[in-house]
Parts: sequence; structure tokens; C-alpha cells
Amino acid sequence: MPEFGLARIKTFAKKLTPALPVMMGYLPVGFAYGVLAVNAGLTTGETIIMSLIVYAGSSQLMAVGFFGLGINPLSIILTTLVVNLRHLLMSASLSPHMKHWRKLEVAGFGFELTDETFAVHSLRFAGGETAAPPAMAINLVCHSAWVAGSLLGALAGNLISDVRPFALDYALPAMFIALLILQVRSRLHVWVAALGGAASLVLWGAGLTQWNVILATVIGATMGAAVETWHKKKGETRSAAGAGAES
Amino acid sequence: MTDTAVLITLLGMALVTYLPRVLPAWFLRGRKLHPFVEAWLKYVPVAVLAALLLPSLLVDGGKFKLAWDNLYLWAALPAGLTAWKTRSMFATVLVGMAVVALARLLI
Repeated sequence: MPEFGLARIKTFAKKLTPALPVMMGYLPVGFAYGVLAVNAGLTTGETIIMSLIVYAGSSQLMAVGFFGLGINPLSIILTTLVVNLRHLLMSASLSPHMKHWRKLEVAGFGFELTDETFAVHSLRFAGGETAAPPAMAINLVCHSAWVAGSLLGALAGNLISDVRPFALDYALPAMFIALLILQVRSRLHVWVAALGGAASLVLWGAGLTQWNVILATVIGATMGAAVETWHKKKGETRSAAGAGAES
Repeated sequence: MTDTAVLITLLGMALVTYLPRVLPAWFLRGRKLHPFVEAWLKYVPVAVLAALLLPSLLVDGGKFKLAWDNLYLWAALPAGLTAWKTRSMFATVLVGMAVVALARLLI
């Protein structure tokens, strides 16, 4: 039966629930960013513009520190590029699910693809929920929370910055724990996660603090794909050999 | 830095952030990929989530924090167990935050 009016709105709103944990994490982190930004000398307008058009937590926090130190624009832009290169891999990994999307939808979706929204979408897409409208609505809700948090932080200025009593600082780590565990569907996934996580820590410890995530992802995914390909080849030779006997 | 310079910096940051986010999806979707690349992309989510998560639990203020009082690490146990048992992102976040909040309140 087709749904109309309220029922339809309810169904759509239900699809937005994966955005809730992201919002809970983005509000306080955005708030902290807003506080730091105005303290570093950015105006409220500039603080909000950065959250609107850059929308990347770690590089925004980094940029605020750089602005405060008076580091030149080119260095800030180049560091931002390096910090955000990891999204190349995320965008590529979602791409097979976006075949039927319109170009404008792809362009809009990419604008709001963050670590957190990627984590949410990779799980949804893998489960077959690949329609563009709910995906973009989730992105918009998350982005709004980020901008709202930034605005509140900018307005609060240096009055408050401690969100720890509510443990809101743990919302995003907890969300990553859930999304990681929900994505683990085979023993090979466990090994890929273990290798990716360990490589990330080792590379970070080795001083590659901007590159550890992207390099560790390449290492982990390559191991996963290599083992899978090797297993398939072994399976094919076996089934090719067994095919004659079975038929 | 002048306001114009700040705005130009922000525009530059927006551009270098947007391109890596949109270009792969724009050019790779609908394209037939080599089976190895296809398999590789399937393992990216698990690898990248682990690569983001572990430092967020073990690094604090630019230093490794492997001490017994690393609350983030301890809270990962009940949170992980909740995720495994309930398969719910929301329940996991609530349990994780509750454990951290309680520990801060009591300890």
C-alpha cells in the first residue's frame, strides 16, 4: 500500500536515525572548534563559513591552530589537502553503490562526505540502502549539527569549553566502535581491521601523524583483497578439477 | 592575516577538501573495475575505521596513552560488547557515554 502524508514522513524520518549518534558527536566537537576559532582571532562569520564550506573536523581544528600562529595560507591549504586525502579512499569505496545516482546528487553527497558520514553510509550501502535522497538527508542533518555546534561555540567564545561531564567527547569514538564491529562479517575482516589499526598506530608513532590513516587503510585493504583473491583462485582450481567428477 | 586572506585560505581549504571527496565517486561509479580493485574497495571501510579508531582510543594530547587509567580504552570494552550483542549503533553510543560519564563521576 502506498504511504501518504504523515506515514511517509515517519518512514523517511526513521531512515535518518543513523545520523543521531553523529549529531551527538558533532555538536560538542563543533562547539569546541567554534570556541578555539574565535580565540584564535577568526570572526564569528569566518568560523561559520569554514564549517559550512570546509566541513572537516580535524583539519578545521588544525587550521585554527595555524591561524592563531599566523602561518601562511598556502601551508594551511596544503596541510588540509594532506589531512583530507584519506577521503579519496572512502569516496572510491562508496562509488560502486552510486551507479544510479544523478550527477548533482553525487556532487552534493561528496561535499558532505566525512569520516563519520562515510562510516554510516558504508554500512547502509552494504545493506542495500543505496537510494540518494535519504543518504543526502543524513548528510544534511549531520552537517547542520556541525554548523550549529560551531555557531554555539563561536558565540560562547571563551566562556566555556568543557563538555566532558556529559561524556559527549566519547560519542564519536563509541560510534566508530559500533560501525567497525557491525562491518566485520568474516574472519578476514577481523584481520584487516587488526592490521589496519596496528599499522595506523605504528605509523603514527613513527611520526607520520598526517599519513597514518591513509597508509594503514591501503595496507589493510591490500591484505584483505590479496587473501580474498588468493582464496578465490584456489577455489576455482579446485572446482575446475572437481567439476568433471561431479558431472 | 587580513580578512580577505582568511577568506581565500578558507576557499582553498574547501577546494582541496572537496576534490578528494567527490572525484573518486564521480569517475569510478558505473565503471567496470578490475576484480582485485573491486575486492580492495570492499575492505576499505573496515581498514579505515580501524585506522581511525585505534589512535582515537590510544592517543591523547599528542602522546600514546597505554596506562591503566585510559578511560577511552576501558569504555571500549562494554561499548564493543554492546555493539556485538545488540548490533545497534545507538545502544553502543549510549553505553559508551554512560560508562565514561559514570567513571568520571565516581573516580
